[in-house]
Amino acid sequence: MKVLMKGNEAIGEAAIRAGCRCFFGYPITPQTELPEYLAKRLPEAGGVFLQAESEIAAINMVYGAAGAGARVMTSSSSPGISLKLEGISYLAASELPCVIVNIMRGGPGLGGIQPSQSDYFQATKGGGHGDYRMIVLAPASVQELADLTAEAFELADKYRNPVMLLGDGILGQMMEAVSFRPRTALPAQDKTWATTGCRGRARNVINSLYLDPEKLERHNRHLQEKFRQMAENEVRSETYRTEDAEIVVVAFGTAARIARTAVDSARMQGIRAGLVRPVTLWPFPDQAIKSVLASCRALLTVEMNAGQMVEDVRLAVAGARPVHFYGRTGGMVPSATEILREIQNIAGVAYGASVS
Amino acid sequence: MMQQLEPYLRLERFPHIWCPGCGNGIVLGCLLRAIRKLELDQDRTVVVGGIGCSSRAVGYLDFNTLHATHGRALAFATGIKLARPELHVIVITGDGDATAIGGNHFIHAARRNIDLTVVLFNNSIYGMTGGQYSPLTPAGKKATTSPYGNIEPNFDVAELARSAGATYVGRSTTYHAGLLTDLIVNGIRNKGFSLIEAVTACPTAYGRRNNWKSGAEMLLWQKESAVHVKRAERMHSAELEGKIIIGELYKREAPEYISMCESLTARIRQAAASGSVTPLKGK
Ligand SMILES: Cc1ncc(C[n+]2csc(CCOP(=O)(O)OP(=O)(O)O)c2C)c(N)n1
Ligand code: SF4
Repeated sequence: MKVLMKGNEAIGEAAIRAGCRCFFGYPITPQTELPEYLAKRLPEAGGVFLQAESEIAAINMVYGAAGAGARVMTSSSSPGISLKLEGISYLAASELPCVIVNIMRGGPGLGGIQPSQSDYFQATKGGGHGDYRMIVLAPASVQELADLTAEAFELADKYRNPVMLLGDGILGQMMEAVSFRPRTALPAQDKTWATTGCRGRARNVINSLYLDPEKLERHNRHLQEKFRQMAENEVRSETYRTEDAEIVVVAFGTAARIARTAVDSARMQGIRAGLVRPVTLWPFPDQAIKSVLASCRALLTVEMNAGQMVEDVRLAVAGARPVHFYGRTGGMVPSATEILREIQNIAGVAYGASVS
Repeated sequence: MMQQLEPYLRLERFPHIWCPGCGNGIVLGCLLRAIRKLELDQDRTVVVGGIGCSSRAVGYLDFNTLHATHGRALAFATGIKLARPELHVIVITGDGDATAIGGNHFIHAARRNIDLTVVLFNNSIYGMTGGQYSPLTPAGKKATTSPYGNIEPNFDVAELARSAGATYVGRSTTYHAGLLTDLIVNGIRNKGFSLIEAVTACPTAYGRRNNWKSGAEMLLWQKESAVHVKRAERMHSAELEGKIIIGELYKREAPEYISMCESLTARIRQAAASGSVTPLKGK
């Protein structure tokens, strides 16, 4: 059965259905409906909601609960995520599973409260200190927010690593019909590593401090091997009309929804356009991009930022084709018409003057 | 009166963002009256705000103003005061801004007894983000994040400031605007950390969820709940349950941080000049 729900609320409902019973957060626009929803729903589900005194407190509460073996989540928007980064680095270093939601708004600094995608670098390139990685999922609809929230918990447990759900103010605020996975018995969660009291078993240790550099390097090798496995197994992306596409747009989340409309319009004008939509931003779907290069003459990356993912697209393309960029910042959202104009411009170059 | 306050306002920024019935304008009026009474020079006065409806006031003020990050107005203000000790530095902050995310900065600024005057707009809620509970939301009250009633007890922020080291602490309400003005005057005069807690109404995000129908009703609640500290001294704690104790709550003399810094510098320089200490030499 489908219900009409706000994106932020759909994340909350999906989290509860995925077995999340602990939530620690702090209000910030445009994600506040998520903690508000959970403040109401978690007690009904037998879980705990706590509004922390800050984002920093919240992420460290997540560490505590995750270490104790709970399925746990926190959420915020851009400035608040910046505050959580120390904690995220510790969580990754200590191999603690959790889900972190970032409903992005325009930055830098206090910026504004309108939607943005300008935390791509922060999410995918570390953000916090040290060599760590986390899977970053980029939904593009309310349905996908729900589905990927459920998946985020599974991935977090599978790899004992934080997973980030990266949305923006539009996805968080808009209402769409959504259906939730049927409520089945939750898959058994292997949490034998958790610190739950060691009577009758060997001691479990959760730690990120290694003063001996050799030991720290060994720990880092172990983490890197895990990140390599994530990169190998967890890449997700979607392609749209790319089979014969000469101009391929690459966009994620909200920008991808708009780009899809622009691709359809371009096709109607006889321009063979297509779309690659990364669903995981890390690991980045290099292969999906490489595989469209055969027919493709040029790529156009569209983002709600000043050009961040475009760097990963250029790495994937490795100079084989020109990669153009179109972006809006500060909470401005690119329109399908603007994107179409960019496609036309590129096509104009590639096709001579065949397209007006 | 309004005309006399106009020189302190950036009228081109009006209309302001506050809701009808919001108490923030009353608190701001009291602050400006206090500044006028003290004849502070606009060019030598800095007003620092955090983030929230209340902190937005800095945008409307024609002083040297700074809109800081959420919770950290006191850290910014400390930096200004240390760089330019001759300036009057006033901090405008909300209950969430000062005691949740900014709680740490709050107690440490008070502990240092640095010469800052804090006007804390206590509306018992996070107004700007639409009504989540704050550390000053009384237990049992409803907020969007406490739909079943708040299970956390609240701070007594005046008590918190006092025990952290503040040298001047007062509380009033927007109903008792005259007293509020006087407390701010005394707070600015105090050479040290001063906290003035202004109990104010947020009908939009707090009042309507907790059975107050308007800002006016909330003013009446302030009138009825307030007990002057002098009278409270003669009352039993049971009688004071749910009351707002107003007035000058605490005052003491203690060394102020900037003057401690200055005397440290003077002492070290004197000793260095007389050769009794060797300053570290850089390589
Ligand atoms: C780091 C960070 N976290 C959260 C926010 C969102 N935010 C803006 S104002 C505010 C609360 C304001 O409440 P309060 O200080 O009580 O002031 P009021 O609006 O009630 O005057 C919050 C949580 C933010 N701007 N920055
Ligand atoms: S939300 Fe509350 S505090 Fe903010 S302007 Fe409206 S009444 Fe005032």
